[in-house]
Amino acid sequence: MLAPGSVTAVAIVLREPLSLWGGMDPASGQVIDARHPQRGESLAGRIVVMPAARGSSSSSSVLAEAVRAGCAPAGILLAEPDLILAVGAAVAEELYGVRVPIVVVAPEELALVRDGQALTINREGEITLG
Amino acid sequence: MRLVVRAAEALRAERLIPITSAHVDSCLYHGEATVDFVERLVNGGAQVSVPTTLNVGALDLLHPELWRGDVRTAERGRLLMDRYRALGCQPTYTCAPYQLSFARPALGEQVAWAESNAIVFCNSVLGARTERYGDFTDIACAITGLVPDAGLHRTDARRATVVMRLAPDIPAALLDDDALYPVLGIVLGRRAGGRVAAIDGLPAGQSEDRLKAVGAAAASSGSVAMFHAVGSTPEAATLDAALQGGLPDATVEIGLAELRAARDELTTAAGGGAPGTPIGTVSLGTPHASLAELRAVERELAGARPAAGVELMVSTGRHLLAEAGEEGLARRLRAQGVELLVDTCSYIAPVLRPSPLPAMTDSGKWAFYAPGNIGVEVIFGSLRECVRSAVRGSVWRDPDLWGAA
Repeated sequence: MLAPGSVTAVAIVLREPLSLWGGMDPASGQVIDARHPQRGESLAGRIVVMPAARGSSSSSSVLAEAVRAGCAPAGILLAEPDLILAVGAAVAEELYGVRVPIVVVAPEELALVRDGQALTINREGEITLG
Repeated sequence: MRLVVRAAEALRAERLIPITSAHVDSCLYHGEATVDFVERLVNGGAQVSVPTTLNVGALDLLHPELWRGDVRTAERGRLLMDRYRALGCQPTYTCAPYQLSFARPALGEQVAWAESNAIVFCNSVLGARTERYGDFTDIACAITGLVPDAGLHRTDARRATVVMRLAPDIPAALLDDDALYPVLGIVLGRRAGGRVAAIDGLPAGQSEDRLKAVGAAAASSGSVAMFHAVGSTPEAATLDAALQGGLPDATVEIGLAELRAARDELTTAAGGGAPGTPIGTVSLGTPHASLAELRAVERELAGARPAAGVELMVSTGRHLLAEAGEEGLARRLRAQGVELLVDTCSYIAPVLRPSPLPAMTDSGKWAFYAPGNIGVEVIFGSLRECVRSAVRGSVWRDPDLWGAA
């Protein structure tokens, strides 16, 4: 588990990797990357599922700011560890007391998650459907 | 220290090691969370313990009149930039610290750098060692003077695991033109993702400006933190050296068709940026222009000015601008109608004159992020194509550059 916490929310499966900086508006949670196939969809309150993060090292700030604005993802599932997102979540917890759990799972497990499915992340970082 | 330890846990490091310098990206305003964070550090009495340069901020502190956004955001952006100085960081405000003679770590030195293009340049071109540090971690490492002993700080992780071989159908003239390199970077990022790749087949001894363009684009389309260019980068005198004597996990061939497709995808404007398409803006200098690039802008202008209604803006660092000023270059460029921006970049600060027409750029990174960040349609071209298009007011294409269609 890259960042602690537990949550139940609806999954949004990103069809391509997204850099939060330049890719998500922290004031709304919407995808703003012009080349991303899910541009315009909201990540706020969803469990974001993506194989890997991408791009800018400013994504930590964007995640923390989205938490402050109340528009952050509820949790994040990755297939590869990502330091930048983990640190964004750690700072958000330190400053605002809000947790965004980030869990790394095997790629084949990640592939089982369907868009729109309800997921639960528990305190041990285990993922269950519903 | 808690952040550094959290980073060490995320990277599964067993110990922390000392660094000799840091480059901090946290000074760019992304909302009040970024101010809340630095105030916590300043109020706690924190100071950096190693020489630390600063990345771009939200506005050009030397030319604040260029700001077109709301006053409150400018104030908060300026406050954040000032607060990082209060922690002992040097006010360099550039995304290309490697262009500053006093901020270039030596081969093998352990450092903590943030800003994706600076990270990849540091590892690949300087051969100094950093992981992909981001906002908050960068300043935490600068204060503690420590980093996790993991990832690209360790020799074994710097080995190329994928070889990108350039196909023989790429024209020699294209290999010899700056326009290839950002496009090659976009392909590298897509193909490599987060892996270390070795590019095989480029002419040896590539310039730092070209390698800068490769790295910046690769860190936009993928999460590349290091690449080798065989014959050009210091840990890749040979392909075997880049592979550290091992075998690659994969070898891929990159041909002209894939490069052309990547080039075309960098353009979002209707019509694909065909010759004659009217433009409103040309933005150069992402990452911040070097002196050689500023001289190239002057050379391509050849005494002309941008057409009426076209803004030609070049971003660079304040130290580079001072050097350009010493040789009269900055004054000559301004006299020819070139806007010079420092301390920030034209896709993160509201500085460009509003225009309904597309913006042209020679930067793979700018082309990648500007549509989402500042809502412009983009046309990608070489520096020569960009400058000549600015003079004409519409897209000019170099007909021979990419081979016969």
